Amino acid sequence: MNTAASNPAREPDTAARRPVLLVFGCTILGAAAQILMKWGANHLAHAGLIDTVIAVATNLPLMSGYVLYGLSTVLLVLALKDGELSLLYPVIALTYVWVTVLSLVFFHDKANPFKLAGITIIVIGVSVLGRGGKK
Amino acid sequence: MSGTPVISMLLILVASILGSFGAVLLKLGAVELHKGFWHILNVKLGAGVGLFLTSSCFFVAGIRHGELSVLYPMVSLGYIWTLFWARLIFKEGFTRQKFMGLALILLGVFFVGLGSK
Repeated sequence: MNTAASNPAREPDTAARRPVLLVFGCTILGAAAQILMKWGANHLAHAGLIDTVIAVATNLPLMSGYVLYGLSTVLLVLALKDGELSLLYPVIALTYVWVTVLSLVFFHDKANPFKLAGITIIVIGVSVLGRGGKK
Repeated sequence: MSGTPVISMLLILVASILGSFGAVLLKLGAVELHKGFWHILNVKLGAGVGLFLTSSCFFVAGIRHGELSVLYPMVSLGYIWTLFWARLIFKEGFTRQKFMGLALILLGVFFVGLGSK
């Protein structure tokens, strides 16, 4: 009912958008983390428990992936500090978009009409949500 | 739908519910940051992250068998549960943008699942 267009924001636009931008950053870091973990996992040989633990701990891409995941969680928490949960949580679906695009580039996954349609619709959905913020 | 075992769907359903509880705890913990950044080390956030990790275990077990076009959107059901928890617990309103945005995201995730084999 009460759209942003008919009801001028009291605070500067950037302040209202900050939580959305933080989640945006969170999804980019999360996607990068997933790509690094996939890359690291591809080079992981099957071995016994102890060997696997050592192999995981010394696997630089895998460990970098975990660190990026941690950072992305921090960004999500910073966003939730001031933003609405019901608005910000679905924005995480943008991760699907980045992972799909990055997989095309790094793992030469095949693009297909379904994936392209899917990520396009997700982006539209997120932009609809991004406008729904009232704080 | 026929190619997806019920057990996989149940695992993903559990993952989506645990994930939505995780999100609620993350929000509960996040507001404590108003007291200062280092309040980021608090029990609620810890529990939220723990729930996310548990949820991801169910997710990994769930997507081993079955069709991703069915299972991927089911993960996104977590967004719908979260919409309800957020209204109940944090009094966040239902808005048309939230419903429309969410519906589009679910549709998009369905298509991504359809295109992923």
